Amino acid sequence: MNRPNAYIGSAVDRIEDERLLTGKGTYVGDLNLEHLLHAAILRSPVSHGLIRSIDVSAARALAGVRAVITANEIGDVPIIPIRQHPVPEGERFRQPVIASGKVRYVGEPVAIVVASDPAIAEDALELIVLDIEELPPLADYVTAARNECLLFEEAATNRAATFRARMGDADAAFAQADYTRKERFSVQRHTAFPMETRGLLAEWVDATGHMTLYGVTKVPFFNRRVLAQMLGIEISAVDLIEVDVGGGFGARGEFYPEDFLVPFAARYVNGNVRWIEDRREHLMAMNHAREMYAEMEIACTKEGAVVGIRGRIDIDLGAYARTNGFTTPRNVVQFVSGPYYIPNLAIDAHSFVTSKTPTGTYRGPGRYESSFFCERLLDMAATDLGIDPAAFRLKNLIREEQLPRPLATMMDLDATWQTELDNGAYPIVMQRCLDEFGWQEKIKLQGQLIDGRYHGVAVGNFVEGGAGGRSENASMTIEDDGMVTVAIGSTALGQGLKTVMSQIAADALSLPIERIRLLHGSTTLLTDGVGSFHSRATVMGGSAILLAAEALLDLVRNEVGMRLDVPAANTSFSDGKVEAAGKSFALQDFAGLSVEKTFINTKLTYSYGAHAAYVAVDAATGEVEVLDYVTVEDVGRVINPATLHGQVLGAVVQGLGSTFLEHLQYDENGQLLTGSLADYLLPTATDFPNIRSVSLGLRPCPNNPLGAKGAGEGGLIAVGGVIANAIASALRSLRVQPCDLPLSPPRLWRLIAEARSAEMSR
Amino acid sequence: MPMLAFRLATPRVLVDLRRVSGLDRIHIGEQGVELGAKVRWRDIERDTRLAVAQPLLAEAVRHIAHYQIRNRGTVGGSLAHADPAAELPAIALTCEAHIVAVGPRGEREIPAAEFFLAPLVTALEPDELIVAMRLSAWPKARRFSFKELSRRLGDFALAGAAVFFDLDERGCMRALHVGAFGVADKPVRLLETEAALNGMRPEPAAVAEAIKLGTSGLEMRSDIHADADYRRALLETLLTRAFDEAMQRSPS
Amino acid sequence: MTSITPIINGVAVTVEVPDRVTLADTLRDKLRLTGTHVACEHGVCGACTVIVDGLAVRSCLMLAVQADGAAITTVEGLSKNGKLSALQDAFRRHHALQCGFCTSGILTTMHALLLEEPDAGEHRIREVLSGNLCRCTGYIPIVEAVLEARAAYAQAESGA
Repeated sequence: MNRPNAYIGSAVDRIEDERLLTGKGTYVGDLNLEHLLHAAILRSPVSHGLIRSIDVSAARALAGVRAVITANEIGDVPIIPIRQHPVPEGERFRQPVIASGKVRYVGEPVAIVVASDPAIAEDALELIVLDIEELPPLADYVTAARNECLLFEEAATNRAATFRARMGDADAAFAQADYTRKERFSVQRHTAFPMETRGLLAEWVDATGHMTLYGVTKVPFFNRRVLAQMLGIEISAVDLIEVDVGGGFGARGEFYPEDFLVPFAARYVNGNVRWIEDRREHLMAMNHAREMYAEMEIACTKEGAVVGIRGRIDIDLGAYARTNGFTTPRNVVQFVSGPYYIPNLAIDAHSFVTSKTPTGTYRGPGRYESSFFCERLLDMAATDLGIDPAAFRLKNLIREEQLPRPLATMMDLDATWQTELDNGAYPIVMQRCLDEFGWQEKIKLQGQLIDGRYHGVAVGNFVEGGAGGRSENASMTIEDDGMVTVAIGSTALGQGLKTVMSQIAADALSLPIERIRLLHGSTTLLTDGVGSFHSRATVMGGSAILLAAEALLDLVRNEVGMRLDVPAANTSFSDGKVEAAGKSFALQDFAGLSVEKTFINTKLTYSYGAHAAYVAVDAATGEVEVLDYVTVEDVGRVINPATLHGQVLGAVVQGLGSTFLEHLQYDENGQLLTGSLADYLLPTATDFPNIRSVSLGLRPCPNNPLGAKGAGEGGLIAVGGVIANAIASALRSLRVQPCDLPLSPPRLWRLIAEARSAEMSR
Repeated sequence: MPMLAFRLATPRVLVDLRRVSGLDRIHIGEQGVELGAKVRWRDIERDTRLAVAQPLLAEAVRHIAHYQIRNRGTVGGSLAHADPAAELPAIALTCEAHIVAVGPRGEREIPAAEFFLAPLVTALEPDELIVAMRLSAWPKARRFSFKELSRRLGDFALAGAAVFFDLDERGCMRALHVGAFGVADKPVRLLETEAALNGMRPEPAAVAEAIKLGTSGLEMRSDIHADADYRRALLETLLTRAFDEAMQRSPS
Repeated sequence: MTSITPIINGVAVTVEVPDRVTLADTLRDKLRLTGTHVACEHGVCGACTVIVDGLAVRSCLMLAVQADGAAITTVEGLSKNGKLSALQDAFRRHHALQCGFCTSGILTTMHALLLEEPDAGEHRIREVLSGNLCRCTGYIPIVEAVLEARAAYAQAESGA
């Protein structure tokens, strides 16, 4: 495009970077206020028990301690609401902001100390005497499902909720199918793990009765409503401020117990209180994710058409249903078919409460897991039927003319739970992935032993839901200095939001990007807003910006029309100049004009794509090397190819971490065994160097003015299934079928050893 | 320091040896190599003489932790910490190093075989300080190999093996030393393996049998990262590969 | 309390510190150099890396009292006269950061490496980088940026 200020589609440098690269970023731990007090939180050391007593006298007496707060001091303990996908049966399992009477996981807040110094606050924690009568731990869902011991007596069950998804008539399809196969799968508990731990700074001004909370992100407007209600003050008396955020990935920014405790403590001591989570706390307090066990069955015709998938998934929810605790259970049943045309589906997911850290979303929630189940079944079926796994998939992908196509129906739930795949050229993108990967050549290596290692390949497809959460707000104001201030309700968790949104705004206003002052995330900026989750920020915030820009330019047109007495329609905008009837104005001539607009959209976007992997397996040690990993995706419309590329690469490596390394392990008493970074293994720079990705804007989304689709999670979604299939491909001579994640060397070694001994006894 | 950060250790006094002089010397002589207690991993890594004078040590050190830690971690610190999965204690034991300690009663040399007692427990008295580690001279033609497998680069090993031997004119192994780490509660020498193979040619079948003999008596460690069965199999694999590599590697 | 005088980014600073406080916390809280980040406090993640007497070290594993008299470079000391250094500029052009939280520690680590080894290859860069955790980028753009920045260090070394 030759028009000036066309920014959409170009890899502009990130506006965020200069500050961050010079150490000038301001994360919540970097904020400093006068008379700042520091909080530390006492957490339950046992997984399930009755609190007999909490003796805080010695802690209170320690010099420097300003307050020790327990459920007693709070009185009527507020319960945290479910933000996403609430179901009536799940309400019974919501989390109180502090344990009162009972503790249900190791890490549950029991008391909060406020002191003049963070080290003194920690010293005080050691002086609190906690007497807990231990109850039987519910360290796994199997124990919980027996209901012999209840985490919530009043609920009379440990089953928190059941989600059922249906399409067609699965049982009939299975009864008539040429081929069926049933397998068990599991995905291990792990977590989002942003590099910055959580932190909050609460500023209470007694004179005005106003609470300001810094360090929030993701959904500040929702959290403000919750906090105001819990504190018993007007919404207008509460502001939530977003500063720099060190990563979120679904877990940060939800309303956690601390989001009440820290502001409550500030009001209690009538001061300013900061709490910065330490890493051990983080691993036991922030949302865990993904732990589930599935029994899944596939049915096909002998020609290789998949006619049905059915199954049951048991989910270890952890101790409470948190704000987004039911998002994963819902997604995992609805998304099993992914981009494939599978006419008959019947999937049930049961969530059980256990005495472990509660779970929530992590990038690609329920989609990573369901993709793992589905892609594994597809490869097993293809192998059993003697069909090339790529050809098998191409045959079963939804064709372009079959779109839009609804996903399986969520049973007994209203229309807001239903969704349909929008548009796309699924087979074309998969073929592109095969070509980029060099499938024809690499498939020849499948199962071969080369230099002592078995080589294998696999390909898989995914869809990624985006643009959830109905609405987003954006405002625009023309300033005296010729800048346009743009404020959006979307929040920035490190994804380059400011850059992407500035591109859209500059493009829409035909202004140089330097003249956009972009603000985001804080409740002070707009009358309302939603935030960033479900790959929604670009689509929803970006579309809101387009609406606002249009409205702002209309205001300018009207103003021009009035000043010149010409029809408003004849006004043109280019590069900060406004021209009409031969007259030219500068944009700042209209300083003070301001609009706020809300973009509403109930239809989700579905970007999609394919992944291919080439691996080598050392059968003696169980070590796997990823020799090549290729992703190709279509995101409808690319706003900034460089930030998008970064999102995909980062997501793939997170997915590889999920598949090979990351595992939150508990012992039978519900004690977390992986409370440090020496035991919780994140991918490092030497682990996965060979990743390539291609992002396309092939089929613009029909459901929003930008044509964009949510992106950023797709790089992760298919990784588990594709890697497990590549390993199965490598070890095909041994008939090894990896069905349980993570694929650690000891686990693979055992599978290989078992396969070999089965071979011997055959 | 991590122990302090986790509030697992709360010492009343911490002494930084930074300003104590003379402990950071690498001495290479006819009798062997002496590493001062304050010699850091980066010093060993960057000392090209050590690649010849103690090639097994030099190779093992490359596996230790990460860049920033190698800039600070020391010989004395690693020996005193005595982690069963750490590389240096394993090298000390396999190479029959002596650990030099000083205390109010003067200086003493402790053979590595008597030094490592249990996880994080050594023969060092509370009032003693490690000042050096001594390694005997390394014949130029000596064959060696160092193998370990960790989940990620720089992590503690799930299992590791150090092997060296001299070949006599008939192609038989002499002075065979076989060490293992990460598998038990302290680094171990596989004396049965050594006894079975010393004086023998490194034929694969004999080596395999001797490895089994050496590992069968070991009480294998089991933890969240790997169970005992895996560690046993892994150690056998690493030892087999170590013998192979030692044979294939042409001596400098 | 002990009085220490480290030389921080070229300037000698005297500060009173409690004995139990780490160098990382002192830089951040006492000296308000908040570019040094703390993300694990047990010496694994590398976010708090600073350069002490020419060597990249984890400032959460060092007590402030140990830094008396030491020359310390933090991320704030990498750019001169308000201009991004060659390394920082390469990071920006390669989108080698997203949330930026790990970035300070990666910059200091790579700066120390390239000062000593301006010819470091991809393998060596990855090996050294493995001591720093990044959750956003997948490391690939970081490696690309560091590879590109090498030229500036080689030039500086040869005095050109």
